[in-house]
Amino acid sequence: MIKAKINNVDVEVPEGTSILWAARKANFTIPTLCSHPDLVPGGQCGICVVEIEGIPGLKRACMTPLGEGWKVHTHTARLMEIRRQLVELILSYHDTDCLTCIKNNNCELQALAATLGINTVEWHSLEERLPIDRSSAAIVRDPNKCILCGRCTQVCSNMQTVNALAVNHRGYSTVITAAFDMGLGNSVCINCGQCVVHCPVGALYENSHIEKVWDAIHDPDKFVVVQEAPAVRVMLGEEFGMEPGTLVTGKMYAALRRIGFDAVLDTNFSADLTIIEEGTELVSRLKTGKNLPLITSCSPGWIKFMETFFHDMIPHMSTAKSPQQMFGALAKTYFAEQRGIAPEKIVSVSIMPCTAKKFECQRPEMRASGFQDVDFVLTTREIGRMLREAGIDLNEMPDEKADSLLGEYTGAATIFGTTGGVMEAALRSAYFLVAGRELESIDIAPVRGLKGIKEAEIDIDGLKVKVAVAHSGGQARRLMEKVQDQLRNEGKSEYHFIEVMACPGGCVGGGGQSWGSNMAKRARRGESLYAEDRSLQHRRSHENPSIKVLYEKFLGKPNSEKSHTLLHTHYYKRSTVDGDIIAEQ
Amino acid sequence: MNLVRNHVLISIDAGTIMAGARAVEKALIDEIAAQGLTAEISVLETGSIGATGQGVILVVYPEGVYYGNVTPQDIPELVEEHLLKGRPLKRLILSEIPVQHVIKKEKTGLLKEQPRIVLKNSGIINPENIDEYIAENGYEAIAKAITSMTPDEVIEETKKSGLVGRGGAAFTTGMKWDFARKAAGDIKYIVCNADEGEPGTFKDRLILEGDPHKLIEGMLIAGYAVGASKGFVYIRGEYALSIERLEKAIAQARQYGLLGDNILESTFSFDITVMKGAGAYVCGEETALIESLEGKRGHPRNKPPYPVTEGLWAKPTVVNNVETLANVPEIILHGASWFRGYGTEKCPGTKVFTIIGNVSTPGLIEVEMGTTLRDIIYEYAGGIKNGKKFKGALVGGAAGAFLGPDMLDVKMDFVNLKEYSAVLGSGAILVMDEDVDMLDMLKSVLHFFRHESCGHCVPCRLGTAQLVKIIDRISASKGKKDDIDKLLKIAQVMQATSFCPLGQSLYLPISSSLKYFGGEIHSRVR
Repeated sequence: MIKAKINNVDVEVPEGTSILWAARKANFTIPTLCSHPDLVPGGQCGICVVEIEGIPGLKRACMTPLGEGWKVHTHTARLMEIRRQLVELILSYHDTDCLTCIKNNNCELQALAATLGINTVEWHSLEERLPIDRSSAAIVRDPNKCILCGRCTQVCSNMQTVNALAVNHRGYSTVITAAFDMGLGNSVCINCGQCVVHCPVGALYENSHIEKVWDAIHDPDKFVVVQEAPAVRVMLGEEFGMEPGTLVTGKMYAALRRIGFDAVLDTNFSADLTIIEEGTELVSRLKTGKNLPLITSCSPGWIKFMETFFHDMIPHMSTAKSPQQMFGALAKTYFAEQRGIAPEKIVSVSIMPCTAKKFECQRPEMRASGFQDVDFVLTTREIGRMLREAGIDLNEMPDEKADSLLGEYTGAATIFGTTGGVMEAALRSAYFLVAGRELESIDIAPVRGLKGIKEAEIDIDGLKVKVAVAHSGGQARRLMEKVQDQLRNEGKSEYHFIEVMACPGGCVGGGGQSWGSNMAKRARRGESLYAEDRSLQHRRSHENPSIKVLYEKFLGKPNSEKSHTLLHTHYYKRSTVDGDIIAEQ
Repeated sequence: MNLVRNHVLISIDAGTIMAGARAVEKALIDEIAAQGLTAEISVLETGSIGATGQGVILVVYPEGVYYGNVTPQDIPELVEEHLLKGRPLKRLILSEIPVQHVIKKEKTGLLKEQPRIVLKNSGIINPENIDEYIAENGYEAIAKAITSMTPDEVIEETKKSGLVGRGGAAFTTGMKWDFARKAAGDIKYIVCNADEGEPGTFKDRLILEGDPHKLIEGMLIAGYAVGASKGFVYIRGEYALSIERLEKAIAQARQYGLLGDNILESTFSFDITVMKGAGAYVCGEETALIESLEGKRGHPRNKPPYPVTEGLWAKPTVVNNVETLANVPEIILHGASWFRGYGTEKCPGTKVFTIIGNVSTPGLIEVEMGTTLRDIIYEYAGGIKNGKKFKGALVGGAAGAFLGPDMLDVKMDFVNLKEYSAVLGSGAILVMDEDVDMLDMLKSVLHFFRHESCGHCVPCRLGTAQLVKIIDRISASKGKKDDIDKLLKIAQVMQATSFCPLGQSLYLPISSSLKYFGGEIHSRVR
C-alpha cells in the first residue's frame, strides 16, 4: 500500500494506483476528458495535470502512479488556470452547437466547461467543418465534435482488435477515420458501437431510426410490432435516472404501449426459440462429431468479426439466426397469420442494447418472410429519447404484460443479455435433449461473470462437454486463434461449444447502452438478469408454453424445413480491407 | 605494389552531388586515364568536407589543397597543372578554407591542432572502404573492449569520460547504459537515433556519410556494454547517401566478422539493421521513434517507464544519437581522462556544430565544448557575410533559443547555456545579420511546429495552431497589443502540459526571442 497526501488529506491506495483514482478516494475529483475507468490512459487532454512537491514540472494524474510519501496538489491557482486554458483551446476547435448535439446534457466536455466556469473562449475559432461520415448502417461519425481523446481508437484496436478507426494525418490536421477515408460503412467496422459508448462527446452516435419509427407509429395503415432484447429491461431504467440494473420489464411494456406500438412483444420469446434450434443443432453435432466446436451466432458484431477475420470458422457457426431476426421472420409470417394481419402492413421494430443490430436487420439475406424481417432497430438510448419526447416517465408506469404469441419467455431467455447466458441457457436445454431429464443444478456458475475467457466442463450422461465463453472482439480473437491452432495441429478442438459476444460483458455492455457506461454498471445489469431468471416460473427454454404452441401450430419440429427457411441463415467471407462480401459460404 | 603519388578526394554528399560531383568525378577519372596517370593518382570518394555552398569540392593530398566550385570543364586544366606539373591551380583554390579549421588534421600555423574525435576520419578516408577505417585504428576500440574489458568496465570508463548525449537532452551516456544493463530481461536493444530532423542540423548525416564505420563501432561497444545483441539505426528516409553508405559499411563489417555471431572469436554477437524514418520531426523523440520502429504511428509514449527498462517491444533499450555513439570508440581506445582533456570540466569532449545563415562560410565544425559563440562565428565560420553586423543566433534548432548580441561570449556547452535559459540542442547555429526580421524568424519557427506537431495531445496540437494564427495576424500588421501576451500564455501552457518535449520546448524560442528582440517584435503590434 502507498501512503501519501493529496491536498493535505491522507490517502492509502494499492501500489500502482494513479493519482487520478487516488484523489477520488480522498474525495477530490480531478477533471479529465480522455481518461476512462476501463481504459489505459493515453494522456491526450492534459487537463488532469497536478503538482507534486519536490518533483519538477506538472504530472498527468491519469498516468502517474501515486508515490510513497508524496504531497500532491490537485487544485492550485496555477492548475486551475491551466485547465481553463486547455478547455478553452479545445472549445476553439470544437463545433459548439450544443443545443442540437446528440450529446446535449450528456457531454463530458460540456459538463467540464460548466464545472470550470468557462463563459468565453479567448482564442480564435479554429473550427473547420468537415463532412460527417454517414456511410455506416449503424454508426455516424462527426469529426467536428471529435476532441481526439483516443478512447474510440483504443477500444477499437485494443479491446476489440478490429482496428477500423485510427488516427490519420498529424498535428492540427489530425483526424480519426476509417481506412483510406472510405467511411465506417466501407471498413472492417463490426458495428459493435464500443467507440460510441466510450466517446466523451458527440462525435460518435447511432444511425438513428427514431423518425422512421415515429412515421410508422403515426401511420394509421401500419401495424407496428415491437420486440425488446433481454438486456434492455435492465438498462432502460438508467435513461430515467434509475439505478444501473433496475429491472423494468413491466414498466417497459406499459410505456411502449402508451407511445403507440400496436403489439408489444418480446425478443425473449425468440431467445427461447433460438435455444431450441441451436440446442438441437448442438445435440446433432455432438452425436455426429462434425463441425465441432459449435459457435453461437446471436451477436451481429461477432458475426461480422468472424466473417472478416475468421471466415474459416464458418462451418462451425450455428446456422440459427439471432433472436432479433427469428422474431422478425415470425412477426411477418406466424404472427401475421395468427392475428389475421397482412404482412405488408406490419412494421417490425426492435429495441436493442446494440448498434450492430441496425446492420444485421438490413443484411440482404434477412428477408425470410418475403419482406425485410425487421424494419427498424432502436437502441436503448433512442427509445429513451422517444419516451421522453412523448412525455412518458418510465418511473410512473404501471407493470403490464407483453402481448401473446411472441411475448412469453423463460429465465433461460432473459440471461441471454449477459455474457455466458446463451451458453447456460443452451446447456439447460441440451442436457434435457440428450439425457431426457433435467440438469440437477440449473445455475452454471463457471460461465457467469466478467472474467476474460470462461471455460467449463459439463457431464451430460457421461459425455463430457467442454465449453468456452468469450466476450469482446479481443477475447474472441484469442479464443479463435487457439481453436484454429487445435484444429490445424490436432485435427480437433478441446471445445464442443463456444459462446461469443462482441461486447465486453455481453449485451448489457452493448453499443446501444446509456451514455456514461463502465464495466461496473455492466456487471450490475448482468446480476439483475440472473435475479430475474431466478424469479421466473419457467427457467428452461423448452418449458416455454408459447414455444410449444409455435411448433405445434406452425413450425413442426426443431430444425424442420420450415424452421430452416425462416430461422436459419448463412454467412459470407468478407474483405479485411473494406468489409465487403467476397464470397458466400 | 603501386606507389600512389597523389590522392584526390572528391566530396560526395547531397550538396556536392547536386552541384555535379558525379560528372566531375567521371571527367577526373577519364582525364587521369587519358594522361596515363591512373597508376600514380588515386581518386577517392569521401564524405562531406564540411563546407556548403562551394559547389563540387576536391582535395589533393599530400599537399592538402582544397578546390571548390569545380566543373568538368575545369578538369583538363586542373589535371595538367596540378597533377602533371605540380602547380596548384590558383583560380579554383577555395579562398576561405573552412576546412582548414574544420577537417584538416595538419597543424595550421599558430592555431592549436583542432580536436577531432567524431569527425576524425570524415573527409580523410574513403567511407566505403572498411580497410581505410581500420587503417585509422578502426575497430581497435571494440577489440580492446572485448578482449581486455568487462562490460562494467566499459560502462565505468564511459561514465568517467563525462560523455553526455549529443542529441539535445544531454543525459549521461554511461548512466543510460548502466540502467539498461541492470534492467531485467535477456533481450536488449541498442537503437541509434539518426532521424536528424532539427532544422538546420546535418551533423549526423555527415558522420554517416563520412565515417559510417565509426557509428557501427560505437554501437558495437554499446551493445557489448549493455548486453544487447541487436541494434537498429533509425535514419531519416531522406538521407539516401547515408543509408547507402551505412548499408555498405554494415555489409563489409559482416564480411570481416565485425558484425554477426561471435565477434572476434568472443561470445559477443551483435548485428545492425537500418530502418528508414518517414520524415516526422516527432520521431526524433526517443519513444515516438521506438513506436515507429515497431511499425506504429510515431506518437510519443508516457515516461516512465523509460526505454532503458521498457523500450523497443517492451525490452530494455538504449537510444543514443549518432554523434554520441561516434565519440565512444575514441573514449574506449584512449581512455576517459584523455577525453576529459577536451572541453570543460562539467562538459568534456567536443561538439559538432552546423553553422548556417548569414556567415561567410557555413558548414560543419567540431570544436571543444565551451568554445564561445564569438569564436565559432568569427574564427571558424569566417564572420558575418558581407561585413554586416551580428544580430542574433538561433542555437539548438527550432526547439532552441535565440541569443542576442550580448551573448556572443557565452561558452557553448550544455551546462553553461542552461544558466542563460538556453540550450545547445542538436548543435545547430543559425546566424542572423542586422537585416533579419526577427518576427519572420519566429513566424517560421511557429509554422514549423504546427506542421510537425504529431497531434497526440491537446496543448501541442491546438496550441501550435493558435500560435500560428496569432503570429500570422501580427505579421499581417493586424496584431493587437495583447497578442504577444497571448503567444507567451499559450507557450506556457504548452510547456507545462504538452505530452512530450516537442510541445514543451516551443516556449524557449518564443520567450528568448522576446527577451532579446522584444522591442522589435512589440513595435509590430498596435
